[in-house]
Amino acid sequence: MRAGSLRLPLRLGRRYPAFGLGLGVVGLWLLLALFAPLVAPFDPILQDGTIALQPPSPAHPFGTDNFGRDVLSRVIWGARIDLQIAFLGVIFPFLIGTVLGTVSGYFGGLVDTVFMRILDVVLAFPFLVLMLAIIAILGPGLASFYIAMAMVGWVSYARLIRAQVLVLRGADFIVAAKSLGFGPLRIMFRHLLPNAIAGSIVFSMSDAVLVLLNGAAVSYLGLGVQPPVAEWGVMVAEGQGFITTAWWMTTFPGLAIVTLALGFSLLADGLGDMLGVRE
Amino acid sequence: MDRFRFVLFRPLQLLPVLIGISIATFALVRSIPGDPVRVLLGPRGTPEAIARIRQQFGLDEPLWRQYFYFVENLLDGRMGKSIVYKIEILDLVARRIEPTLALVAGSVLLSLLLAVPLATLAARNRGGLADHLVRLVSTSGLGLPAFWLGLMLIILFSIHLDLFPVAGYGETLADRLHHLVLPCLTIALALSAVLTRNLRASMIAELQSDQAMAARARGLSEGQVFRRHVLPNSLVPTINLLAVNIGWLIGSTVVIESVFAIPGLGQLLVRAIFARDYLVVQGVAMIFACATVTVNFIADIATALADPRVRL
Repeated sequence: MRAGSLRLPLRLGRRYPAFGLGLGVVGLWLLLALFAPLVAPFDPILQDGTIALQPPSPAHPFGTDNFGRDVLSRVIWGARIDLQIAFLGVIFPFLIGTVLGTVSGYFGGLVDTVFMRILDVVLAFPFLVLMLAIIAILGPGLASFYIAMAMVGWVSYARLIRAQVLVLRGADFIVAAKSLGFGPLRIMFRHLLPNAIAGSIVFSMSDAVLVLLNGAAVSYLGLGVQPPVAEWGVMVAEGQGFITTAWWMTTFPGLAIVTLALGFSLLADGLGDMLGVRE
Repeated sequence: MDRFRFVLFRPLQLLPVLIGISIATFALVRSIPGDPVRVLLGPRGTPEAIARIRQQFGLDEPLWRQYFYFVENLLDGRMGKSIVYKIEILDLVARRIEPTLALVAGSVLLSLLLAVPLATLAARNRGGLADHLVRLVSTSGLGLPAFWLGLMLIILFSIHLDLFPVAGYGETLADRLHHLVLPCLTIALALSAVLTRNLRASMIAELQSDQAMAARARGLSEGQVFRRHVLPNSLVPTINLLAVNIGWLIGSTVVIESVFAIPGLGQLLVRAIFARDYLVVQGVAMIFACATVTVNFIADIATALADPRVRL
């Protein structure tokens, strides 16, 4: 890695400590996830009954689970799935909501009315309940979780961007673009969106916290990621049956969720300061 | 007069949302892959039974007419029968609603008991050590997964200290309250993080308001100013915040009822998903949505009656 590519994050980290700390935490989890095969001391799936339910020791710092799997290795491999949940669970709603919100706000009229009524109905349901209902129809699994997340999560992004577009729609530079004869697509996505998107980007960071917690909760309930895949929510659920004897099975995967969530919160706070956006 | 017009006309705005909820839940069950009757009857469905049900429910008629039958039944309080419990869904809900209501009420009460003193401490020592600590704790509280927090509380309070039962729901009132302490505390810890941040901000604004100044000028002590002017005024937006968060609160009860094995609506929903009891999923989702809309409606009306500046 060139020294120059590290200079910008380091400088930003010094000026915005919250952002720097958040970047450090999320970056660390990203590295662990990327290099899981090299970093994790044991296979996350391979079972060995002879070393089941061992408390934390130098050989197994986070102990072993009821199948004799190393909890530390499973937490490291779990980072791959949970980071993927946070990323895909944010990006789909972000794209759908941003496009729908921009179109709705720019054209107004009937289009806007229809989208806003749909939005009202989605918002009428408790977020998790509507997600679970959609997962019930699609069947449990990670793919269903992403589809449900996209169908429910887009409303926040649509509302955010629509409010911005309504403000900017009458701005001079938009009037200028119109008088130059640019088409609506070009005006919306080349002129309006770049000026309206900052708030959504900051929101997407704090949204990542909610998505991560939702994904882990859905997997904990048994409706998301399915065993034996190492995912933090699944691991907490697997540990619940042994909670009286093996506290390490539930404690460590939970701490992993907490640290990653805190990292995203700090990133959101720092990014908000940097871009001058307050929620 | 205007606020009474608000109180009169606000209910009319509910109508499109309620219709939307009914369309959404209707569409939900109609989008089950495969023949809905076969799915609803489960593996026991004989061809004759399927044909009979198909005619009985009007499934051979156009979709819009089916929707009207659905709404007609809804208005009569008929949501269909559970294939697992073999009873009307409204009866099932009635049996299961008490633990969920108790959980929500207990969590809100506990979270206020936590948030008001913490926010007071932070707001009155703004910029001090206590303020920083409270803000740090409330920021990290937002990132705690409720299901894990519940299990950690079980390890601490049930297994090590043996103060509360590990899971379940008691028979007598005292027993039930005893069982509800940890689940309520779990939700309250997360909820109070949101409330504390918000309450602190509104207390700081109120401390600098004209009326707080006027009260100080009248010679009231700082404590009196706080109790009589700052606290009541900053609690109003907090009550609204609670209403806005009711959807999140209901979602939390679904997860927490599964953690603590509480026989409420949330547990019913999760079990119905596993059992493919689709009409129960539909019914519970609809009830939760109506509850959310109603709570927000009541909060709007209460705010309008309390604050004459609110208009439609």
